[in-house]
Amino acid sequence: MTAVTASAAPAVRSARAPRRWGFLARRLGFYLAAAWSAITLNFFLPRLMPGDPSAAIVDKLQRVSGQQLTPSALESIQKVFGNPDANLGRQYLDYLGQLAHFDLGISISNFPTPVSDLLWQGLPWTLLLVGTTTVIAFVLGTGIGAVAGWKAGGRFDTVVSPLTTFVSAIPYFWMALLGLWLFGFLLGWFPLSGGYDADLPIGLSPSFLLSVLHYGVLPAATIVFSAFGGWLLGMRNMTVTTVSEDYVLLAQAKGLSGRRVMLRYAARNAVLPNFTGFALALGHVVGGALLTEVVFNYPGIGYLLYSSLQQRDYPVMQGVFFLIMLTVLLANLLADSVYALLDPRIREGG
Amino acid sequence: MTVQAEYQRSSTAPVGQAVLEVRGLTVEYATGSVPVRACSDVSFTLHRGEILGVAGESGSGKSTLITALTRLQRPPAVTTGGEILFHGRDGAPPVDLVALGSKQLRRYRWTALSIVLQSAMDALNPVMRIGAQFTDVLRARDRSLNKRDAWTRAAELLALVGISADRVRDYPHQLSGGMRQRAAIALALACGPELVVMDEPTTAVDVVMQRQILAQVLRLRRELGFAVIFVTHDLSLLLELADRIAIMYAGRIVEVGEAAALYSAPKHPYTQGLRDSFPPLRAPLRTLNGIPGTPPDLRRPPTGCAFHPRCARRTEGCDERLPVLLPVGPEPGHEAACLLNETDGEMEGRIG
Amino acid sequence: MSTAFLTSWKVRIGLGILALFCLLAVLGPWLAHSLLGLDPRANDTSVIARPPSGEHLLGTNQFGQDVLAQVIAGARGSMYVGLLGAVVGTAMAILVGVSAGYYGGRTDAALNFLTNLFLVLPALPLILIVTGYLQGTGLTTIALIIGFFGWSGGARTLRAQALSIANRDFVRAMRMLGERGRRLVFAEVLPHLTGLIASMFLHAMIGAVMAEAGLAFLGISDSSAISWGTMIQSAQQQSAVLRGLWWWFVPPGLCIALIGTAAALVNFGVDELANPKLRVARPASVRRTKRPARAGGGA
Repeated sequence: MTAVTASAAPAVRSARAPRRWGFLARRLGFYLAAAWSAITLNFFLPRLMPGDPSAAIVDKLQRVSGQQLTPSALESIQKVFGNPDANLGRQYLDYLGQLAHFDLGISISNFPTPVSDLLWQGLPWTLLLVGTTTVIAFVLGTGIGAVAGWKAGGRFDTVVSPLTTFVSAIPYFWMALLGLWLFGFLLGWFPLSGGYDADLPIGLSPSFLLSVLHYGVLPAATIVFSAFGGWLLGMRNMTVTTVSEDYVLLAQAKGLSGRRVMLRYAARNAVLPNFTGFALALGHVVGGALLTEVVFNYPGIGYLLYSSLQQRDYPVMQGVFFLIMLTVLLANLLADSVYALLDPRIREGG
Repeated sequence: MTVQAEYQRSSTAPVGQAVLEVRGLTVEYATGSVPVRACSDVSFTLHRGEILGVAGESGSGKSTLITALTRLQRPPAVTTGGEILFHGRDGAPPVDLVALGSKQLRRYRWTALSIVLQSAMDALNPVMRIGAQFTDVLRARDRSLNKRDAWTRAAELLALVGISADRVRDYPHQLSGGMRQRAAIALALACGPELVVMDEPTTAVDVVMQRQILAQVLRLRRELGFAVIFVTHDLSLLLELADRIAIMYAGRIVEVGEAAALYSAPKHPYTQGLRDSFPPLRAPLRTLNGIPGTPPDLRRPPTGCAFHPRCARRTEGCDERLPVLLPVGPEPGHEAACLLNETDGEMEGRIG
Repeated sequence: MSTAFLTSWKVRIGLGILALFCLLAVLGPWLAHSLLGLDPRANDTSVIARPPSGEHLLGTNQFGQDVLAQVIAGARGSMYVGLLGAVVGTAMAILVGVSAGYYGGRTDAALNFLTNLFLVLPALPLILIVTGYLQGTGLTTIALIIGFFGWSGGARTLRAQALSIANRDFVRAMRMLGERGRRLVFAEVLPHLTGLIASMFLHAMIGAVMAEAGLAFLGISDSSAISWGTMIQSAQQQSAVLRGLWWWFVPPGLCIALIGTAAALVNFGVDELANPKLRVARPASVRRTKRPARAGGGA
C-alpha cells in the first residue's frame, strides 16, 4: 500500500483545464456571433419598415415641434432609418465603424447631446439597481428554494411554494405601483420618485450616497420580490429531484450531518441548472427592471428608453437596445464562467 | 493507520457470533387508501464475517429490505413492525436500529453498517472529487483526523481495491465504470464497518469486471472480516459468492439455506424457477426456463401463497393457506415456505 | 393520461380560473351591458374619480367611466393578445424545435443557433424597439410581435424532446420502412409531445398577457383599445398612486396576477405528473397509516 499525500494533484488538474477553457471559448464564440446578429438586426430593422420611414419621421417631428429640424438632427435620423440615396453596404460598414467607436449618433429630444453621453449617465444607475437586485434575488431564491425542496411537502414548503407561485405571477410594474402606493404614499417611508435627493450635489459625499440608498430601497425591493420567485421555484423543484438521487442517499448512509448533506450534496448539484437557465431568467429580470425604473422615475437606462419611446427619439432607442444587449451577453458569459467553475463535467455543446 | 490495523481490533470478536438479527421486519408504502406491504415479516440472522445473498425478481421487496435495514427509507415507505438488532464488536447489548432516532442512528452509520449502491455513477457525487467523498466521512467519524492524513487514508483505501493513488483527486466521471464501482466499495470500507449491504453492485459493469469485483469482495472479506448482505436478481452469481442465500418473493423470504444446498436442491418451486432462469457462471449449460407470469401486484396480493398463480405445482390449499418457513432437506438451516414440503417429502422426488 | 391530470386539485383550480376568464372575455361586455347596465366607455362627468361604492362597485376613473366595466372589457383585449401571442409563439416553437430535433445535422445546428440567439436577446427591449418603429399599432400587431419574439424557450425544450423521440426504435423503424419525413413528424412524433406543448401554450399565454400589459404601460398600444395594460398605464399617467386612487390600478393588476397563478397551478400539476419525483407524499397520510400499525405491532 503506497502512502500518497494530497499534493499529487497538479498533474491531473492541468489535464482537465483545457476542457473548461474549450467550453468557455465555445460560449464566447456564440456570444460574439449573437452580438453581431443583434447589431445587424438593429441596423436592418428600421430599414425594413414599409415606406420611407425617415421622411415620415422627419415630417412628424417637424409637425410636432413646429420648426425645421437642423441638418445634424436630420443626419441622425437618417443614420437610424437609412438614407434612401446611399448604398446599403456602404451604410452598414459606416454603421459598424461608428459602433466600434461607441458613436451612436445624436439624440433628437436632447439635441445635440450624443446618445453615448445619455447612456453613460444612465448606465451606472441601472447597473447598480439591476446588478445588486439580480444577485440578491438569485441568492435569496436559491437559498429558500433549497430549504423548501429539501423538506418538500413539509410545513415550510406548503406555505412558501404556493405563495411564491402567486407572487411570481404578478407583473413587475404592478408590484412596483403597489409598493409605491403602500410604502411611498400611504406610509411615507420612502420617496415617491427619482434615484437621489435632487437638493444634494451629485458626488461621493456620505449624505448623497445615503440618499441614493434611501431612494433605491423601494425599486430594489420590488425587483427582488418579483424576481426571486422564479429562482425559488426552479431551485425547489431541482432540489426535490436531486434529493431522490443515489448520491444524496449515500451521503445520508454515511451519517454526515443533515446540513452537510443538504449543502454539499443536494443543493450543490441542484443549483447547476439555475446557471444554465440564467439567460432565460435574465431576460425577464431586465425587462421587468426597465418597467420598474419607469414607475419610480429612476434615472437609469429603462427610464431613458421610456422617455425616448415617448418622444420618438430613435437614435436613443437604438443605443439603449445596443447597450442592454451587450450587458446581457456579458452577464451570460459571466454565468457560464461560474457554471464552468462549479461543474467539473462540462460536456460538449451547450 | 492502515485499514488492516483498524480491523485488527475486531478480530478478537468470536467468529460465528451474530452481527445482525432481523425479526419480523414489515415495511409498508402509505400511498393511496390501502397501505402496500413491500416487506412482510422478514426474519434472518447474519453472522460475523458471513456473506448472505438475497435474491428475487424486481418488485420482490429486496430493495425495500435494503433501505429498511439501513434506515434510509423515505416516505411513503414506513417500517411498521419488527426489529433490527445490531450486535457491536464491543460486546455491548444489541441495539434495535428501528427504534433509534436519526441522531443516535448517525453514530452507527458507516462505522457499523455501510452500503454499496447499484450504480456508482449515480451514487458518487458528480461535483466532488473522489477523495473528498472519502475524507468527509472519515473526518466526520474521527474528529482528530487532519485533512492531509484523511486524504492519505483515502488514497490507501483506493489502493485496497486496486485503484492507483493519484486517482484520489479525480472526479467520478473521470474514472471507468469498473473503477467507479470499486471506488464505491472502497468507500463503504472507509470506516471499518461490521456489515456492508451491497445492492446489485455488479449489474452496471461487464462480465469480466463483474468477476474481478466479486473476487475482490471475497478477498477483502477474508482480510478484513466484515459481513455482507448481497442483494441481486442473479441467483447463479450468489452461488459464487454467498455463504447462505435467502430467496424473496412478494415481500417475504420463501426459502433460505446454505448456498450450495439451496442451489442444487431448491425446496421452493420459485427458487427452482429462479435458478433455471439464469445460466450458471461455471457449470455445463442447462436449458433455461423463465418463470411464466409476472410478480404479483402488491396492492392486491394473492390469497394464500403469493406465488400460487404462477406456480406449476400448485395444489389444493395453495390459494388459502399462507405457508411458513419450515426446516427442509438434510442440511441444517435450510428452510422453505411451501405447502409441498409439509406433505411428507413428496417434494423431494420431483424437484432438484 | 388525458383524464389523469384532472385529478390534481391544482390543475382543476387553475383550469377553472382560466375558463372563467375566457368566458369573461367572450361574454363579458355583453354581460356588463345587459345585466349590469354598464358601458365601459360611457363618460359620466358627475362621478369623476369616485372610490368604490354601491353604484360603482370598483369606482370610476378620470372620465367617470365605470372601472368594473373597464376591467370586464379589458379581459377581452388582454385575453385576445394572450391567446393570439401564444398561438404564434407555440407554433413557431413547434416548427423550429421539432424540426431541429427531428432532422438533426445542419438543420439542427442552424435552428439551434437561432433558438439560442433569441434566448439570450432580452425579449422586452427587442419588442419595444420593433413596436416603437411601427408607431401606434393595434392589439393584433402587438400579439404577433410578442409571439414572434417569445418562442425560444419552448423551442429549446421541444428540440430536446423531439431528439429523444426521433431516436426511439419505433421512429427509426418507420423511417427504414420508407415513411415520409413530414408525415412521420406530424403523425408519430408530435402526438408524444401534446402534454408538453399544452403546458408551453399556457406559459406563452400568461407571458403574452404580461408582455402586452408591459407594452401598454409604456404607452405602446392602440389608445382606443381597452386592456388591463392600458388601464394601468392611464392610471400611471394620471399619477393615481400619488393621489391614492388605488382602484384604478389594483383591479386590472390583480386580474393579471390571477391568470398567471392559474397558469402556474396547471403547470405545477402537469409537472408533477410528468416527473413523479416532484410528487411528494403528504406527511399527513404517512402518519395516519403509521399509528395503527404501531399499535398493532405492540399487541
